[in-house]
Amino acid sequence: MSTLRALAKAQALAAGVAQPVATVRHLHLSPRPLVLVPLTMAGEANAPLAVLVGDAPDAARLLIVAQPRNRDQRFAFAAELAGVVLPYLDSFRGGTEAVAVDRGRDVRHRYVDAPQLLVPNPAGITFLRLFGRSTRFRRVDGDYPVHPSVPLLGRWLTFFAERAEHPGSSALVALTEALTLHWATGQSAVEDLHLPAVLGWIDPPPGLDGARAAARAEDPSLCPPAGPATDPDFDNRVLAPAIAAYAGAGDDEAARRSAYAELERALRGQLAPTWDLMWRGLGLLAALPPGARVEDRWARDRDAFTAHAEHVDEGGGPQPRRDGAVAAAVRLHRLERALTSYAVQRAYDDPLVMAEHRLAGEAFVGDVTLADPGRVDDTGKRPVLRPRIQVVTTEPVAVPLGATLYSPARPGQKAKVVFVTPAADGKTEVVLELSGGMGRGLTAPPGTVPEVGERLCLTTLSDGFLPAGAFPAPEETPWTHGGPPAAAPVDPAPATAPAASGPAPADGDPAEEWG
Amino acid sequence: MTSTAQRLAEIRGGKPPRRHNARTIAALTGNPGCDRRAVLDSAGADKPALAEQVGFPARFGQSRFAITRGNAFEAQVKADGGAELLRLVAERLGVDPGGPGTWTDLGADDRPGGPDQPDRAERSRAALAAAAPAARGRAHLPTGEAPTAEPQTGEAQTGDAPTSGEPAALFDHPLLSLDVAGRRVHLEPDLVAARLAGRFHVVEIKSFPVIDGQADPGKVAAAAVQSAVYVLALRELLAAEGHDPSLVSSDVVLVCPRDFANQPVASLVDVRKQLLVLRRQLDRMARVDDLLARVPANFTADPAADPDHLRRALSSVPARYAPDCLAACELAYFCRHEARAETTALGRPVREALGGVADVAEVLALAAGEHPGAPEQAEAAALLRAAARLRADALTGRPS
Repeated sequence: MSTLRALAKAQALAAGVAQPVATVRHLHLSPRPLVLVPLTMAGEANAPLAVLVGDAPDAARLLIVAQPRNRDQRFAFAAELAGVVLPYLDSFRGGTEAVAVDRGRDVRHRYVDAPQLLVPNPAGITFLRLFGRSTRFRRVDGDYPVHPSVPLLGRWLTFFAERAEHPGSSALVALTEALTLHWATGQSAVEDLHLPAVLGWIDPPPGLDGARAAARAEDPSLCPPAGPATDPDFDNRVLAPAIAAYAGAGDDEAARRSAYAELERALRGQLAPTWDLMWRGLGLLAALPPGARVEDRWARDRDAFTAHAEHVDEGGGPQPRRDGAVAAAVRLHRLERALTSYAVQRAYDDPLVMAEHRLAGEAFVGDVTLADPGRVDDTGKRPVLRPRIQVVTTEPVAVPLGATLYSPARPGQKAKVVFVTPAADGKTEVVLELSGGMGRGLTAPPGTVPEVGERLCLTTLSDGFLPAGAFPAPEETPWTHGGPPAAAPVDPAPATAPAASGPAPADGDPAEEWG
Repeated sequence: MTSTAQRLAEIRGGKPPRRHNARTIAALTGNPGCDRRAVLDSAGADKPALAEQVGFPARFGQSRFAITRGNAFEAQVKADGGAELLRLVAERLGVDPGGPGTWTDLGADDRPGGPDQPDRAERSRAALAAAAPAARGRAHLPTGEAPTAEPQTGEAQTGDAPTSGEPAALFDHPLLSLDVAGRRVHLEPDLVAARLAGRFHVVEIKSFPVIDGQADPGKVAAAAVQSAVYVLALRELLAAEGHDPSLVSSDVVLVCPRDFANQPVASLVDVRKQLLVLRRQLDRMARVDDLLARVPANFTADPAADPDHLRRALSSVPARYAPDCLAACELAYFCRHEARAETTALGRPVREALGGVADVAEVLALAAGEHPGAPEQAEAAALLRAAARLRADALTGRPS
């Protein structure tokens, strides 16, 4: 937690309404996102109970599992959900664009748009991840076949859940996280996991302040939880009798239909308020102008979508239960790079985020007081253009001589710190030598060198290319990391569990019903 | 009745103390610095009723689905005299169970009467003590509490395996007890396994899943503290019988459903750290007199008292609210309301980022430069002023 954000929280608490911590939107918003509000059955291992899903506020579709402990019904639900999600994904596989790769020597194609999934909170992402895990290894043949769309859904949900771990990705977004990235509420991070409370702070209803709206949102009788966990009181008073009535209806078609309708009514009542909040939250985010580098990051999401679609088309297998040592290291490295680059890009896009870095001594803002745009350094083999500028700042300058600084206004240009001199009134003069971003000649094109009077932000944060690390091939995994994997993929599950191994774990009898 | 016991009885309004269980004892380790909670828990006050009376009811409902599922899984795992369970536990510990084990049900016959039967505690004590490798344990194992010297893995313990050829013994729902704030509290672990790897092991059966070798860290942590309570009680029982308490392993066995099915899988959880924390907190509660010395003489936590009076009384004993309390303490909503003007209510990281300044109004005053703050706040004040200036700059859109 940066001091700037903490201060915004304190201000929110005092003001009774959330305070902005971003001036631009840092995530991509699809004009047609797929919103999912899932509910699970308490006590079970990620057993779906219901989901409200759709790509427009008036297109909510309710899918329920009348007996969540029945595995047949669970996979029937998965097939129904696949019937909504897979066509939605396919609808983005229309147009492609060509992208130059390998310095223009080759070309590849990627989809011009990509799907975006939205859930209320991080627990919603966990639900999709586990639901993907429980479906992607299912067989379409054998003893307990499932509909062919079920394992496919599982692989796509796994793709989205993995993408959600990628800093800066907008492929699968938890709305609470998207909102708290842009607004600081007057409550703690634990309470920020509750979507109705977060929206209560950001956009309190008339006559209430944020604290009261959030307190009201915590009462499950006024405001059902945003899932996937249900309100225990709802479970005991409404859901349990409704499920029992459905089970008790047996073969009586009329009774079963009425019990099913009653279940639907009860579950819709729990889900609909969150559904409305989802679209309200999206509206608040959409009102912010997008950051300059958001489109670039969305292009990475489109790349990933294209790559996974091709992987599936080419008959590639489902994601493994666990990564091998090398794959895990590569993935971690990728995530770390993405995290660094995401933090830098947000700072470049947003002065309010850059302010956090200024407070931490990683950036300062000053006025250009002197500029020598035509300075040429001819001490080397051939003369090179090395303009110098002097910047005067009132902020503390915590960078050493020789350090390289960058400016969000000219990200391709490096500025080497030549002199740092304290001046009158607590100001500091910094002389910088510029290189890059000025063409190849010995005269800088207009606008490439900051002019006297320009206000400039200089930072140690670089949005430059980060070289990828080198990793061994899986068959050369060093002994420190378990050595090369065995010929067949090793089942990493505890060896104590009998039987169940191989690509399709025996998840028990699909017909089984218990409890 | 001692004066302390009398004072505690007065605090809870003369009602019988609420009974602790492993879960509430485990919760005591959550926020050890909170005086309010320590006093109420020591007195055994009815915190849920108290919270209701002061207008901040706790929300700790449990879904009947979760309860049903928990019971069903436990019954399934314990079926057939625990044969499958014994195999699982022995395999996890890396030892040979040495044929079918014995199964002693210490809970079933007097279930309806609750855990108060002196007979049941006595039978548990006798049965468990009899399962200890007599005098032999004394000679071979280090005496006293030396948790850090204990071997960590099941394999390393096989050296102590009994050679007598006696089969492993499983005890279903034995009744243990522990002193909490001067009162005897009865505890009921799911299962205790004896004579496996030469040690006693506490076995907890939980219905949250272990998926691809991973479980919800929060749930594992809660189960670990709860199991540590049982380990502590079992060690006391053996020590009282003249056995070495370190016969009870600090590795507890957690049995959970694997992946998305009902197949049980056993995992070992090392609870040495939890044991230390628990011991410290129980010792602290045992010195309840020190605590009571800081409590005003007329303090009451009688849920029948007037709400206004109760609120004033509660406020006279300092709490240490943190957002984590919401998940652990019935009184948390009251304390949160009381702490709403404090930076801790926003979470400890927020308070730290604000230079440790406790009061929100103070933070804003320092940030606005309204006053320089106390000398020890100089650094925090400078930081806050800089932060406020930068925030204002960026929000008003000054070029930067």
